[in-house]
Amino acid sequence: MKVLTLNFLTCAVKACKTTSASFPLVPKECELVSDTIAPNPTLLTNLLPRVDWPALGSIAVALGFPSLSPLPPTPADLENDTKMMADLHTLLLETQISEGSLVCANCGHEYKVKEGIANFLLPNHLV
Amino acid sequence: MSRPEDTLPPDLHYNDTEARKYTTSSRIQTIQASMTHRALELLDISSPSMILDIGCGSGLSGEILSSIDPADGGPHIWVGMDISASMLDIALQRDVEGDLMLADIGQGLPFRAGTFDAAISISAIQWLCNAESSEVSSTGRLTRFFNGLYASLKRGGRAVCQFYPKNEQQRTMISGAAIKAGFGAGILEDDPGTKNAKLYLVLTVGGSAEEGAGEDITGVVKNLDGVDVLDARRKHKEKGRKDFKKGSKAWILSKKEQMERKGKVVKHSSKYTGRKRNIAF
Ligand SMILES: C[S@@+](CC[C@H](N)C(=O)[O-])C[C@H]1O[C@@H](n2cnc3c(N)ncnc32)[C@H](O)[C@@H]1O
Ligand SMILES: [Zn+2]
Repeated sequence: MKVLTLNFLTCAVKACKTTSASFPLVPKECELVSDTIAPNPTLLTNLLPRVDWPALGSIAVALGFPSLSPLPPTPADLENDTKMMADLHTLLLETQISEGSLVCANCGHEYKVKEGIANFLLPNHLV
Repeated sequence: MSRPEDTLPPDLHYNDTEARKYTTSSRIQTIQASMTHRALELLDISSPSMILDIGCGSGLSGEILSSIDPADGGPHIWVGMDISASMLDIALQRDVEGDLMLADIGQGLPFRAGTFDAAISISAIQWLCNAESSEVSSTGRLTRFFNGLYASLKRGGRAVCQFYPKNEQQRTMISGAAIKAGFGAGILEDDPGTKNAKLYLVLTVGGSAEEGAGEDITGVVKNLDGVDVLDARRKHKEKGRKDFKKGSKAWILSKKEQMERKGKVVKHSSKYTGRKRNIAF
């Protein structure tokens, strides 16, 4: 699972729908793999405004990456800075979680990730 | 022929054997690919996007999203949800590029608001009409699904779900649940009345005030190619009831008008309308 996707995932438990503490899910004991994906600057520019930057920062640190700048790059920054474009491409699209779990900071539910597939099936009483 | 939907829950129906059989059938590959292309045409996205594939299975639909040429606005990235571990396992073996999740869409969608540019679903959502267990109703599952889908699409986003309702009641139940969740909705039917008939539920999330709330079911598809949507009410007044010979072109056209009045979206009338097709037995 791509780091980008983790930036969009929230806890699926009913009681967590109304609280902001259920985002982002916190990666725990995660193994990472790196996949080579063709750069797609138009896609990144499209996605950037939707990325939750503070959450991305905490996810990056939890996965062992250096911390990000406090503010997201503007579209103009991104366009003029090929290194930043390449770094974001690597972090968001090429870095993938293959094993581990994602933990809700609100209810503590652990979503297991196996072979890159996160398991979001819930017992009925939590839905 | 009995429907698998009536026999077993999806995660049990799509076991290892069935998942393999399904994915390696060249007949199925062809049909799923052509429906995915049709859905993409209806989504009408012009630049690389983040797409949700609902009931992605082994990735037959999703892999097409990854392969769209830059000249045609791709390639897209996608997240696929499916309830069958066996189907997802085959997707892994086929090395699809999308992110996969083991999830039951009847439990809702675990994404932040406005995550996706668009969503597709090919041959999956009719499964929601069969309640998984006595604890949960199919109405409840449909509601959770469509509410979740509505929230996880960006404003102005669109979803296209090709589905196989068992009957009129399932069709109404599904489109009704979508409308209740806030979607503008229309149903497009390709090759109506033939054994290849295909239904596409086209859903829009209101963007701005003028095109947003209160959108009429046929208004949704007014800008789509190949769908002829007339102002149903005006038409109704202009023409009285006429009797046409059953099966004639005029009869088909008047049937189409009737269906349009009921808010159904029918295929664009063309010079081929009403012609005999070559039916091979
Ligand atoms: C006919 S297959 C289509 C797969 C893929 N979209 C394609 O075009 O090949 C239907 C899929 O819907 C999935 N499905 C059915 N009910 C589901 C549910 N409640 N949640 C998630 N997936 C579901 C099944 O597991 C199956 O993989
Ligand atoms: Zn939670």
